[in-house]
Amino acid sequence: MNEQSFTPNEMMTIAASRALTSEDVCFVGIGAPSAACNVARLTHAPDITLIYESGTIGTAPDVLPLSIGDGELCDTALTTVSVPEMFRYWLQGGRITIGFLGAAQLDKYGNINTTVIGDYHKPKTRLPGGGGAPEIATSSQQVYITMAQSKRGMVEKIDFYTSFGHGDGGDHRKRLGIETEGPTLLITDLAIWKPDPETKEFTVVSLHPGVTREMVQETCGWRVKFAEQLDETPPPTELELKTLRDLKARTDAAHKGTDSPAAKRGSKDG
Amino acid sequence: MARFMPLDQAVRENLRDGDVAAFEGFTHLIPTAAAHEAIRQVFRDLTLIRMTPDVVYDQMVGMGMARKLVFSYAGNPGVGLLRRVRDAVENGWPHVIEVEEHSHAAMANAYEAGAAGLPCAVFRGYRGAGLPEVNPNIRNVTCPFTGEVLAAVPAVRPDVTFIHAQKADRKGNVLIEGIIGIQKEAVLAAKRAVVTVEEVVDSFDGLHPNLCILPHWTVTAISVVPGGAHPSYTHGYYARDNASYLEWDEIAADRDRFRTWMEEHVMKAKPEDFAGRVAKLRVA
Repeated sequence: MNEQSFTPNEMMTIAASRALTSEDVCFVGIGAPSAACNVARLTHAPDITLIYESGTIGTAPDVLPLSIGDGELCDTALTTVSVPEMFRYWLQGGRITIGFLGAAQLDKYGNINTTVIGDYHKPKTRLPGGGGAPEIATSSQQVYITMAQSKRGMVEKIDFYTSFGHGDGGDHRKRLGIETEGPTLLITDLAIWKPDPETKEFTVVSLHPGVTREMVQETCGWRVKFAEQLDETPPPTELELKTLRDLKARTDAAHKGTDSPAAKRGSKDG
Repeated sequence: MARFMPLDQAVRENLRDGDVAAFEGFTHLIPTAAAHEAIRQVFRDLTLIRMTPDVVYDQMVGMGMARKLVFSYAGNPGVGLLRRVRDAVENGWPHVIEVEEHSHAAMANAYEAGAAGLPCAVFRGYRGAGLPEVNPNIRNVTCPFTGEVLAAVPAVRPDVTFIHAQKADRKGNVLIEGIIGIQKEAVLAAKRAVVTVEEVVDSFDGLHPNLCILPHWTVTAISVVPGGAHPSYTHGYYARDNASYLEWDEIAADRDRFRTWMEEHVMKAKPEDFAGRVAKLRVA
């Protein structure tokens, strides 16, 4: 494989964007999901409804928000509702087709931890916590997850169940009375994964261009299963790459709004 | 009945040691000036409630004001972790704090229940999640009609809620627009409410009929503090100071640097200083 004209992170964002359609009503997590959702909106899914937990419905930001409550989201939204309305009517009410989440720690059944590393009561690292994720994971009709692969992030056993994926696998969701589908797609910087129809274990179905099975295994903490029919993810098109890079450039410029040295480092997410 | 008064008086008259206090704002309209005034007046043993405790709660926890933190997302929005909150939880510095952790859906429902005068909130939540195992305030109720098991959490009823808003009229009615967050519920759930505003206008006559308005008789005190939400933003007045959030990550990483910064920028500062902090961020 020749040197590629795109980075693994760009491939991840673009592959994730392709999973979304104009018919989707998507509850957007901050960071990687936010970039993917907006690339989808700016390319093949112009009519997608993007919802952020700050209450902005049908938002179309020109730059990626630094937080879930940036003014840009409200300025470009169809409407902005209160936070209790967002969680009660729109999420719990079943209006969300896709909940799009990132993860600090993920297991092979799509359970996510963003709460603590180590014991809850004596944590090694106290992470921010769940925010909207526990209910996004169970009230959205489906959940997509996107994260860059690492052994620290993709682990055999997560330290805390911030949000429930497929639990121990199989019909665990059904046994808890959860009728939504849960995680149906995982997009990493190396591959596209889907849950096995029976066991619900995430299985690699497509490798990104230039990626080998070994590369996927080396950056994953559990023993990776690969589908019998393994596809190659189509590389980013020119339009996809340009859309993503323009969006990032606008975002960086916008967030360097003041002359503080810290600002010049730019945003740490997205 | 809302009374207009300087912020130091509003805080002194409405916050006490040991209070359950909410300084609410969902990324937008964070009542920083009120929080800094509370820090200057050195309160102790507070139970601090907030869905998204960010930089101001990091500061209050780091200054040793909190006995307990009730929250659903303790992060520096868009930047990362809250280092002073982490230091308190992981190392007990400056002292050990109690933590009651929820999801956003739970907190939003709990504020709404408080505003609605209910003892608890009922919602479909926490299914399969780990928090019910570590938070005894997350329980279940069974729907008497369908038999569905639902989550229940106690209503949030703060002794006092602090919020920042765009404007008040001369009577003390308060207008909030943009991302309205949880502020209306947080005020209506509380025994007392202190509101800082950007400005006072003669009246709200002729404005859109469905604006988010808190009638003057739901508010205890109003203080005019232009820029009072900095480094967050006030929709229609000034933009978010993203650089300050990034800078905070460095300041809060070190105990000494944190204390020095607090001394200079909070302890020795005044509410009037906020106007200058947003001067470059004003929207045309």
